[in-house]
Amino acid sequence: MSDVPLSEAPPPWTCARCGEPLTLGEIEVAYLGSAFPVKLWHCKRCRLVLIPEELAQGRMLEVEKMLEDK
Amino acid sequence: MDQKELHALEAQCTQEHAPPCTAACPIHVDVRGMLAAVAADHFDAALALLTKRLPFPGIIGRVCEQPCRAACNRKDLGDALMIAALERACAAYGAPPPPKRRLPGRGKRIAVVGGGLSGVTVAHDLARKGHRVTLFEATERLGGTLWETSEDVLPRDLLTGELTQALSDGVEVKLNTPVTTALLDALHADFDAVYLGVGQGPKADFARELLAGVAPDTFTTPREGVFAAGRAIAARPTFIESISTGQRAAISIDRYLQRVSLTASREHEGAYITQLYTNLGGIAPVPVIRPTAPAAGYTRAEAVQEAQRCLQCECLECVKACAYLQHYGSYPKQYVRQIYNNLSIVMGTRQFNTLINSCSLCGLCGEICPYDLNMATICHEARQTMVAQDRMPPSAHEFALRDMAFSNGAAARLARPAPGSERCDYIFFPGCQLSASAPEHVERAYADLREMLPNVGLLLGCCGAPANWAGRSDLFAEAQAAFRADYAALGGGQVILACSTCYQMFKTHLPDVPALSLWELFSEHGLPPSAAAPRSLPGPLAVHDPCTTRHESAIHESVRQLLREMGLRIEELPFNRERTECCSYGGLMWLANREVAETVVQRRIAEQPLDYVTYCAMCRDFFADRQKPTLHLLDILYEDDLTARAMRPGPRFSQRHDNRARLKRRLLTELWEEPMSEPPAIPIQLLLSEEVAARVEKRLILEEDIREVIAYAERTGNRFHNPQTGHFLASHRPANVTYWVEYTPVDDGYQIHNAYSHRMEIVMQPEKAE
Repeated sequence: MSDVPLSEAPPPWTCARCGEPLTLGEIEVAYLGSAFPVKLWHCKRCRLVLIPEELAQGRMLEVEKMLEDK
Repeated sequence: MDQKELHALEAQCTQEHAPPCTAACPIHVDVRGMLAAVAADHFDAALALLTKRLPFPGIIGRVCEQPCRAACNRKDLGDALMIAALERACAAYGAPPPPKRRLPGRGKRIAVVGGGLSGVTVAHDLARKGHRVTLFEATERLGGTLWETSEDVLPRDLLTGELTQALSDGVEVKLNTPVTTALLDALHADFDAVYLGVGQGPKADFARELLAGVAPDTFTTPREGVFAAGRAIAARPTFIESISTGQRAAISIDRYLQRVSLTASREHEGAYITQLYTNLGGIAPVPVIRPTAPAAGYTRAEAVQEAQRCLQCECLECVKACAYLQHYGSYPKQYVRQIYNNLSIVMGTRQFNTLINSCSLCGLCGEICPYDLNMATICHEARQTMVAQDRMPPSAHEFALRDMAFSNGAAARLARPAPGSERCDYIFFPGCQLSASAPEHVERAYADLREMLPNVGLLLGCCGAPANWAGRSDLFAEAQAAFRADYAALGGGQVILACSTCYQMFKTHLPDVPALSLWELFSEHGLPPSAAAPRSLPGPLAVHDPCTTRHESAIHESVRQLLREMGLRIEELPFNRERTECCSYGGLMWLANREVAETVVQRRIAEQPLDYVTYCAMCRDFFADRQKPTLHLLDILYEDDLTARAMRPGPRFSQRHDNRARLKRRLLTELWEEPMSEPPAIPIQLLLSEEVAARVEKRLILEEDIREVIAYAERTGNRFHNPQTGHFLASHRPANVTYWVEYTPVDDGYQIHNAYSHRMEIVMQPEKAE
């Protein structure tokens, strides 16, 4: 998962709670007992993590399918 | 599935069995492979295949008695293939493959008595296996009875050439050496084994007693270490039989010298009748190609043309009929093995999970298979095993199981005796998908039934088929227990089913519950009272039988009778009744493998240009969603504008839930004058463009999922904001899936711009800033 070529350009989203811009950092995601570090945009203050559509419907879906067949 | 069951199932698929020509050939030449190569003008490859079994292709191509031709499936379709003549052409036009290397010497010495076809064959085969062979021939030449063939047919230089060539590596040939009883004793003492290929007639007299006692399968004689075959012992004294018995005697001698069993694993040696089924329907006769110069044999071009008449016999009957079996590029024997292996994997990728989950469980293959091999049973059991092993991919069936849970949940499930009745003589069970697709017809049919019959109760819910298909025996048992509880509370009665899947589930799993189909009931009691008045009817319609009615001929008949009674003209589809095909909803194929499902449904709707009529709500909706005008039987009973009705797309998944919930609410209020105790869905108004609605439908995201995300985001404030567009983006994970929704609040609700989902979870929250 960490090899996901995520665009490092800041997303158009801000945290609606605090209005702060998002920061990029390593977040751990997991499925069926396997965990992976992924660089994701998030709000440090409110701890909201953004998972963009391209990731959810793309690489994340592929990895989910792969893990389901393990 | 254990190993024994696996082998039994594999044995039911005959696709890998030999074609009739090869089985009838005593030495099992791969005739089909050879002719395929010739048909493609690949004579080198053809000759290589031929010489694998036959060391003398030029001789046999001229003299073979061809038992293969009597078995050829072409024989009544323009005459059997000219197989020997094609073998001769292979020898003439193909480059001989490089000679096979002899095995290293093993120090055993064998005496072969007789230089006829069987003797030369034995000497050749044993020399290649690394034995030292001495061949004793009474006359001055090799070939025996081959010399009785006229020279026009068998040129002498070819005869001697091929035989000498076959013995050129490792065989010492002693011509003019007749063997007598005394010499035989000496050979027996001197050599490790002796083979007698002495032919018929007086020259065989010295061995008469031994020959009389030859064992037919191993070619041993009563004297240890002495073997005999060929014409001397042949039931059918033919050239090809001499080669066959010679080859088999050589196997026995080799085994004897190695001191291993002479009898183990020797099935299917010699000619036999194959079990391979080949469908000859629709094959046009093509006349045999005769060589323009018979003495010279086929020209290269003639041989190619003749070989192209070969039917390349194989079965694949089920594969031809099923897009799913076709999709994976193989056939059931292989699939059964792949499924078995898949279920046995402890560590590693289970690459056949999708194959197991993609079958529609419709059972057409079992119907078609000449040996009744049914992939539905195999895939269904495999799913149950996967669930039991905790190896079923969570995403495979979850959406359908949620749909089932909704139908059997408080929002949609309903069980009541007829208004004003205490007991039930009948219970109408319309099924979850009819209630989802055409709730107004459920209401109307229920009203009709109450007019036609006494004390008709109503039970809205799901029979549990999705759980059954998904291999979830636990959830299926739960659904059945729910039914039994309601059924008992209603006081029993005959169950009237409007869905053929429910019918199949009831019949198979609740055999003690008296059940009949709505169609049988209407066809017995006459058309329902509220049936539409005579109106302009469409032209002829083709009847699509739902796959779950495969073995319900009474239902097939009732439906056709009803259609005719209503004045419709009907036509039959090429695959109908017990050979009908699935619409791709069955077995949850549509969820597990959308690509295969799409091929299946597209193939079905293309089978007839006529509009279709069916009696399953899912089949109807699947076809109409792909622009195939299709009517449900209840449409014809109850609708006025049938043209518009046939084009009506099926409701979206969210709408299906709403339809079930509204049906319950309306019936409760109107018929039983009860308020609905369960709260309605979250009161959030959603606005979705057609494009967005179609996208989220494809992603299996329901409007109720979207409402939950918005309710959560608005309650907690956990959401992102795009200052440029003013959109909000929020996520929520009610169970196993995280849903994301991009939305804007508007006056009367929320405009939805997008929604997507994933199953992965964030396990470590980012550190909080100071």
